[in-house]
Amino acid sequence: MTNIPLSHWLALATALFAIGTIGVITRRNMLIALMSLEIMLNGVGLAFLAFARFRGDVSVHAAVFIVMAVAAAEVAIGLALAIAMYRNNGSIDLDQASRLKG
Amino acid sequence: MAEQIVFYILATGVLLGALAVVVPPFARNPLHAAVALLTTFSLMAGLFVMLSAHLLAILQIVVYAGAVMILFVFAIMLLNLRKQDFSPAKITAWKILGAAAAFLIATRIAMVAGAAVSTHTAVDLSLEQYSTFGSVHDVGIALATKYLLPFEITAILLLVAVIGALVVTRRQGGLR
Repeated sequence: MTNIPLSHWLALATALFAIGTIGVITRRNMLIALMSLEIMLNGVGLAFLAFARFRGDVSVHAAVFIVMAVAAAEVAIGLALAIAMYRNNGSIDLDQASRLKG
Repeated sequence: MAEQIVFYILATGVLLGALAVVVPPFARNPLHAAVALLTTFSLMAGLFVMLSAHLLAILQIVVYAGAVMILFVFAIMLLNLRKQDFSPAKITAWKILGAAAAFLIATRIAMVAGAAVSTHTAVDLSLEQYSTFGSVHDVGIALATKYLLPFEITAILLLVAVIGALVVTRRQGGLR
């Protein structure tokens, strides 16, 4: 049914994961770092779904569903932390968050 | 043939959106990055449909392009960052090292995956299977039987996340 080889899907998923990794490592704005994290999770989800389609196993979709819920929880906590950090430091620069004392 | 054209258009859009989130010249303003992220998520839903993951394509729109994006935009507007809050882009040794590490990881994954799946073709689903693959019914049965425990733990995780977000953002000394 699908004419696109699995390697193309995996290449796309890997590229997304790499772009997300670069964002998390290099960007200092906490909001952008969180967005990059979402890109990474989405790339992983795409790889999962590609394997699900090529193996004809629908139960993998449940795993992606759970990853989605975890991503939503992660972004809620992350943005709450960003707001708390802005209140304490006056900035959301991750390099300035090296001080643990609140 | 048409399928390949759609795939490459969607893939290009997804990658361009993701790059626009990460690469500094486009993403100085977090709101611009949020819009680029919205593009990535929406086009990704199209790719999910191509993999016949219909339920997850809908959820991708509802959860990512809806809920998560609203949260991001709310946070950006609550923080009300000014121009001087964005430090100018600096290329440091750490950044180059980080980008190189991410690139190496990506090529390594691609090599392993390419070696493993170079001859792999999709399972041919019958027409009947094809109409139900990835539907609410099928995924729901998987969630309620094989993945029941992770599903319930996810519910607890979401509850903890809501309470945690409230506790973290609470001002000291109660409401003011």
